[in-house]
Amino acid sequence: MALLEATGIVKTFGKLTALNGAALSVAANEFHGLIGPNGSGKSTLMKCVAGAEVPTTGRVSFAGADITEASPAERARAGMSLKFQITSVLPALTLYDNVLLALQGKSSLVGLVFSRSRGVLHDKVMGMLERFRLAGRANDPASALSHGQQQWLEIAMALASEPKLLLLDEPTGGMSLEERRVTGELLQPIKAGCSLVIVEHDLDFIRDICDRLTVLDQGSVLCSGTVQEIQSNPKVQEVYLRRA
Amino acid sequence: MTEALPSVALAAPGGRRMALPVIEAAVLAILALAPLVLQDYLTVYATRVLILCLFALSFDLVWGYAGIMSFGQSLFFGSAGYGVALIARDLDIASIAVVIPAGVLIGFVGAMLLGGFLLLGRHPSSVIFVSLGTMTGAYAADRLARGWYYLGGQNGIPSIQSMNIGTYELSEGPVFYYLALAILVAVYMLCRFLVRSQFGLALAGLRENEQRIAFFGYKVQHLKAIIFTLSGAIAGLAGSLYAFHEGFVWPNMLGVVMSTQVVLYVLFGGAGTLIGAVIGTVVIEAVSFWLSNSYQDIWPIILGVLLLLVIMFRPAGLVSLVLSERERVGSFGRPGRGGGDGTA
Ligand SMILES: Nc1ncnc2c1ncn2[C@@H]1O[C@H](COP(=O)(O)OP(=O)(O)O)[C@@H](O)[C@H]1O
Ligand SMILES: [Mg+2]
Repeated sequence: MALLEATGIVKTFGKLTALNGAALSVAANEFHGLIGPNGSGKSTLMKCVAGAEVPTTGRVSFAGADITEASPAERARAGMSLKFQITSVLPALTLYDNVLLALQGKSSLVGLVFSRSRGVLHDKVMGMLERFRLAGRANDPASALSHGQQQWLEIAMALASEPKLLLLDEPTGGMSLEERRVTGELLQPIKAGCSLVIVEHDLDFIRDICDRLTVLDQGSVLCSGTVQEIQSNPKVQEVYLRRA
Repeated sequence: MTEALPSVALAAPGGRRMALPVIEAAVLAILALAPLVLQDYLTVYATRVLILCLFALSFDLVWGYAGIMSFGQSLFFGSAGYGVALIARDLDIASIAVVIPAGVLIGFVGAMLLGGFLLLGRHPSSVIFVSLGTMTGAYAADRLARGWYYLGGQNGIPSIQSMNIGTYELSEGPVFYYLALAILVAVYMLCRFLVRSQFGLALAGLRENEQRIAFFGYKVQHLKAIIFTLSGAIAGLAGSLYAFHEGFVWPNMLGVVMSTQVVLYVLFGGAGTLIGAVIGTVVIEAVSFWLSNSYQDIWPIILGVLLLLVIMFRPAGLVSLVLSERERVGSFGRPGRGGGDGTA
């Protein structure tokens, strides 16, 4: 059974219907791409899955449990992790502290007060920073990073807690071609223990790393399937041509 | 930024981290020596200032560290003051071993109840909601005390007996001063331990981006309620000391004016640094003492302009004159292998 199953998601903002019965199904260890024209509801669907927005109607289940109403903290504790479209590293804190902050989120209060996990987590923090090529800047404030590096830092933070599902909304926005390529490389190894839902405009990037795709158009699913199936689907071509 | 590159610097925060301990030591030295040079009536005034420093720390914790705008600190300060005054008046108990813990407890419970109500909703409460809620609490308590005969109405509770330690009567003067200083140092060290721990890192996350850290698994509302309650306990401690030092309590201690005063101390000195709260309180109180003697009529205006200037040109407060932004925020990583904290 699927790790993540969102069905019949409707989300309205006043009179505007951002999602109109959208659905998303992601298996364990699957890389799933979410694509569609601007304003088709990709970010909103991610937020409904992550708990940043509550769907007007519809259900979200994760790892066998219904989480439609669960708080963000409960979802995180169940193994969900994310990076929103807008980068939100904590600019005043060092890179090190940003990652530590992400890692210790599930620690107990007593553990935090007495800094019990600080020593244990040290290697993990440095390991994460090394993986994302940021170790040399561990003591710089996050605000000193370039936009692309901030995105890496945020992915590192999202991955630090070893989630079962990672949600990435446009992680390569504002990155150079080279940075994009590296991002793809950095994401590959997580497949061993983690599923991924990724929103991306760069279709080549998506094609390279994803197993399956879901195409959204005007708040509904246009089609969903393997990369080959989607690529040869005439409806998809039409949507992208119409909007281009 | 570049000197923090290779391996030694990996875990250890880089150099330039000396300013804070130096400022702290200097302030401590000044406070410890003050009674030796001050005339008696000034030592009494200075004792009051130390107690207000304690009060300022409580606001600094909630606003400077956790980003909760509380205009209700006076509610805990004043309730504890009234509480211990009643214990002294009606139960005839003024032992320090009873009244100080009682004051702490009153502040703790009061803040737990109000914090639980204002902060523990299903969704994080807005800054406006919390600041209005706490302000309303302080305002209501002030009005209530004014109208309640049992609490002495407008006049409050006068001539509280002296606090005692065993058979020793603690009246205002150098002994009270050093007691207040010892308590201030102890609470300061406790806060310092807390804000530099991993809990302090969580508070920094709370202050910088509360929505974001919820997605790391933090129970944001709980964290806020906990720090709010702790700060209430510290305000209660300050309030009970204040009541015995002044020898009376009155409704202003509970009200919005008192809350605003503590907000100004902290903004002036530098929110988000503990020493900033202390410096802000001492400087504002010293300046207003001096101004009120020399410029009797217009001193509130001069003080107001001064405060405005600092807040406009030094939004991070007076301490930011000598303390870098980086050191103010601090770092929470494991103390370094090899080079440690503050070795420069
Ligand atoms: N918080 C919001 N309030 C009002 N409208 C919103 C909000 N969030 C998204 N929308 C609208 O919902 C639609 C889908 O937005 P979004 O999910 O961001 O699209 P995408 O990420 O696919 O570009 C857009 O028309 C957008 O304007
Ligand atoms: Mg979007």
